[in-house]
Amino acid sequence: MSAVASVHSLWTVAAGVPGRIPAPKIEYAQLAPTLIVLGAAVVGILIEAFLPRRSRYYSQLLLSVVALAAAFAAVIGLAAGGFGSSKAHLAAMGAIAVDGPALFLQGTILLVSLIAVFTFAERRLDPAAHGRPGDAFAPQPAAIPGGEAERAAEKAGFATTEVFPVLLFAVGGMLVFPAANDLLTLFVALEVFSLPLYVLCALARRQRLLSQESAVKYFLLGAFSSAFLLFGVALLYGYAGTVTYAGIAEVISDGARQVDPALAGTMGNDALLLIGGALVLMGLLFKVGAVPFHMWTPDVYQGAPTPVTGFMAAATKVAAFGALLRLLYVVLPGMRWDWRPVMWGVAILTMLGGAVLAITQTDIKRLLAYSSIAHAGFILAGAIAASADGISSVLFYLAAYSFVTLGAFAVVTLVRDAGGEATHLSKWAGLGRRSPLLAAVFAVFLLAFAGIPLTSGFAGKFAVFKAAAESGGGWLVVVGVISSAIAAFFYIRVIVLMFFSEPKADGPTVAVPSVLTSTAIAVGVAATLVLGVAPQYFLDLAGHAGIFIR
Amino acid sequence: MSAFSFPLLTATAALPAIGAVATAAVPAARRTAAKWLALVFSLATLALALLIAARFDPGAKGPFQLTESHAWIRDFGVRYDLGVDGIAVALIALTALLVPFVILAGWHDADPLEGAEPNRRWRPTQGFFALVLAVEAMVVLSFEATDVFLFYLFFEAMLIPMYFLIGGFGDRAGGRGEQQAAAQRSYAAVKFLLYNLAGGLIMLAAVIGLYAATAHQLGAGTFSLPEIVRARASGALQLGTGTERLLFLGFFFAFAVKAPLWPLHTWLPNAMGEATSPVAVLITAVVDKVGTFAMLRFCLQLFPEASRWAAPVILVLALISIVYGALLAVGQRDIKRLIAYASISHFGFIILGIFAMTSQGQGGATLYMVNHGISTAALMLVAGFLISRRGSRLIADFGGVQKVAPVLAGTFLIGGLATLSLPGLAPFVSEFLVLVGTFSRYPVIGIIATTGIVLAALYVLVLYQRTMTGPVKPEVKTMPDLRVRELVVVAPLIALLLFLGVYPKPLTDLVNPAVQHTLSVVDRKDPQPSVPVTAGPGGGGPGRTAQTQDVEAAK
Repeated sequence: MSAVASVHSLWTVAAGVPGRIPAPKIEYAQLAPTLIVLGAAVVGILIEAFLPRRSRYYSQLLLSVVALAAAFAAVIGLAAGGFGSSKAHLAAMGAIAVDGPALFLQGTILLVSLIAVFTFAERRLDPAAHGRPGDAFAPQPAAIPGGEAERAAEKAGFATTEVFPVLLFAVGGMLVFPAANDLLTLFVALEVFSLPLYVLCALARRQRLLSQESAVKYFLLGAFSSAFLLFGVALLYGYAGTVTYAGIAEVISDGARQVDPALAGTMGNDALLLIGGALVLMGLLFKVGAVPFHMWTPDVYQGAPTPVTGFMAAATKVAAFGALLRLLYVVLPGMRWDWRPVMWGVAILTMLGGAVLAITQTDIKRLLAYSSIAHAGFILAGAIAASADGISSVLFYLAAYSFVTLGAFAVVTLVRDAGGEATHLSKWAGLGRRSPLLAAVFAVFLLAFAGIPLTSGFAGKFAVFKAAAESGGGWLVVVGVISSAIAAFFYIRVIVLMFFSEPKADGPTVAVPSVLTSTAIAVGVAATLVLGVAPQYFLDLAGHAGIFIR
Repeated sequence: MSAFSFPLLTATAALPAIGAVATAAVPAARRTAAKWLALVFSLATLALALLIAARFDPGAKGPFQLTESHAWIRDFGVRYDLGVDGIAVALIALTALLVPFVILAGWHDADPLEGAEPNRRWRPTQGFFALVLAVEAMVVLSFEATDVFLFYLFFEAMLIPMYFLIGGFGDRAGGRGEQQAAAQRSYAAVKFLLYNLAGGLIMLAAVIGLYAATAHQLGAGTFSLPEIVRARASGALQLGTGTERLLFLGFFFAFAVKAPLWPLHTWLPNAMGEATSPVAVLITAVVDKVGTFAMLRFCLQLFPEASRWAAPVILVLALISIVYGALLAVGQRDIKRLIAYASISHFGFIILGIFAMTSQGQGGATLYMVNHGISTAALMLVAGFLISRRGSRLIADFGGVQKVAPVLAGTFLIGGLATLSLPGLAPFVSEFLVLVGTFSRYPVIGIIATTGIVLAALYVLVLYQRTMTGPVKPEVKTMPDLRVRELVVVAPLIALLLFLGVYPKPLTDLVNPAVQHTLSVVDRKDPQPSVPVTAGPGGGGPGRTAQTQDVEAAK
């Protein structure tokens, strides 16, 4: 009976003040980056519907590049306007935070996406079929692999130009994800960027079964993690009576002041807080690929079209770590002593697990997948430092890492044989002799992954380890350097293979890319070296961006 | 320091770096031009290194001279701080001196195989000389850096060009197939890299720990060596005993791998055996010196108490290195591996001298670094000429060479005699000093260490006897004597060995003030030593009085 009564009272409260529902106040200018990207995605869909097939590719490419560049300019404008520091505040009725970390991460995501668009648009690598250039995506993804419809679509020269608006939708979600300031926005953003990614994973032109399998795996496991996250959101709501970050944090630190009568039985119940917090964290750890939620990573990285893998590996990680940071630093700082030991464990497992499992890999994409797991561990080590240095070091690491990753996967797209990309490691033997430049570039990326000094990987690793050590995580650093040493082994192995092995007679060829992929790789190399040799400006940037608004 | 503010130290490091880029950019067909370019750059670097030595004033006050200081990565407390003391000047000069000889000796080592398919993109020759210059640049910078982080950067980064030099270029295979040789080379390169990388990463943890300590206690984190030394002396920076020891071990581990010290030495014979002789010289005479140098500059000065605490154990390890390396050298069948084990034995002497912590010991150790560099270079390069003539590294494949190629045999003998520290040749002075310095504090260790000399005589003379004397083997009969290029490489080295053997004063005058400074830092905390020196397993009784005397002598 009491339940009914409380529901009744809830209804009367809401009905008792008719007409006082405030009209939502939306600060359009401050949400401009997200709005531009999502708007361009919608326009992209319209282009698909109304423009003739032959002009779609160029208009989509132009639209995506312009939209991402404009959104990036908007981020710069907001940052220059002081929204990253003094004027940081909550926009859209408290749903979206416009603050330093959000702008920094959005800027990173936008730059990464812009470069990813270049690799998406590359059409010179696959041999031209029926006189038409082919990109990395299936001409008609809905067709049965190897079937009649597929051949017909290929012959007709179809191209799946929908990838551009789909990419933009994903980017839009990613922009919101690290800025989300309540749990529901967080969940919506998660879905908005995850669903397009599932689709993109299934679109590979070659090895389509592998690609579709990877998409299904990603979708199923992603759905599980979304469910966990949503369940956690519900429990946290039960605990705090609100889904806003600030509200939950307040209840955690000061206890529930105004008990919502409908939640009288659950509010302030620590069990709900702990379980709910853990479930939300699990959802996010799944997205960053931390052990033990990493199982999807190698399969998806391997099966997805390589440009998509590069985009996913770089941008998803940035977005998900951004959201994780905000959750840890804004919502849960009051229970630091509860989550830190657990997260230490996760970080240690992730670093060691990723490094050890990578050793036995024989496929370059799977190898990079496990390496990304190890890197997630390094980033976690910085993220759980619970200090200002922790935030800025993670921001810097994410920026550094995403460019290396994007560049590395772009190189992978170039090494090809008759069956498409030659991703099996044995085929990379002697690549350094056939095309020294490409092998040298890839070696630079590998050395950055391994954290060799004078590359961005080292600066980033040093930053997160420093943050971890200063906040009492000395052992975390020791585990970190040990797993770095293990990880170095397999990066070096690839270099050995490329430079010191005799090339095989039937080895792969290196395709000559168009200016698009070349640009992507060049930007990757430049970022790797600049962030390695002169990181101060970017560390400053990350340092100034290191304050969360609450 | 003076109105003349030309950044000499930076220039000395930048010149070979520029040379590396320029050499790498030479077109494939212009191989010879690339070689000359590399040689010119290395000679210009030598000129700059001599200029450093000329402008360095051994009597001046203050630990470092010719200093340069620029902000670099403020967030990490990292500065681009350079400065040299006498030890660094000597080692920079050694490096700059040896690299031209390495380039000359390796003149044909990286030529493409005859009959190999022409490949416009694959330019091994350019790559080889560019990598040698890159190593030189990084080694010079790590000798100059007075910022711990800056040092660490180049200490680690130099592994990469070194790794490509070992793995990418080897002796033209004789008995074994080219494939097998390539596999062994790549194994040696990976082993080299993993050992050193692991050591470096352990050091990275210690570097971060040091930063955390300074950031915590000094307000702002710093990596500046002079600043930390000052803060420790004034008590502003106090490390707990346990922390200091852990940090010391982190640093020492990396340097002990690099040096290398038993039991972390196993990468050296592989690397030196598989690499070409010039590269082997680069490893043992130049790059490894960074390890022993860093023990002196960083381990002792940053962590004086922990250094004294660990000294007995390190001395025993060094002793094992001396005897074990020499014993294994006696048993080798491969000329290059024999020299590698001899080097391990000699590095044992250097580390012994450093951690005996007496002025003779450390002065001797510093001289030893220079002399070992020159003598090993001479021996190894002549061995390389010998090996390239016969196409084999096995001692058993040679015999009676001195009848066919007397000059080659003679230079080989002088290099060998220098290695066994014959009086009159440079290494004798340093080995003697190390032994005297060790004996004055640890008599037992000093006595056991002398067996290393005896064993050295054994492995050098037996090597000479088996390869150079006896009946002339049929394969050796047509062996040509040293060519002009090879003589140009060997003669100056031998002249230098003789000169420094008779008149080491310029070198001792250069390094002694720096050694005194290091010792004063190590002992500054307690001028009346209270550390029981008998703790060493092989240590002797009267350590206390000996140490006191040394401290007085150091003043």
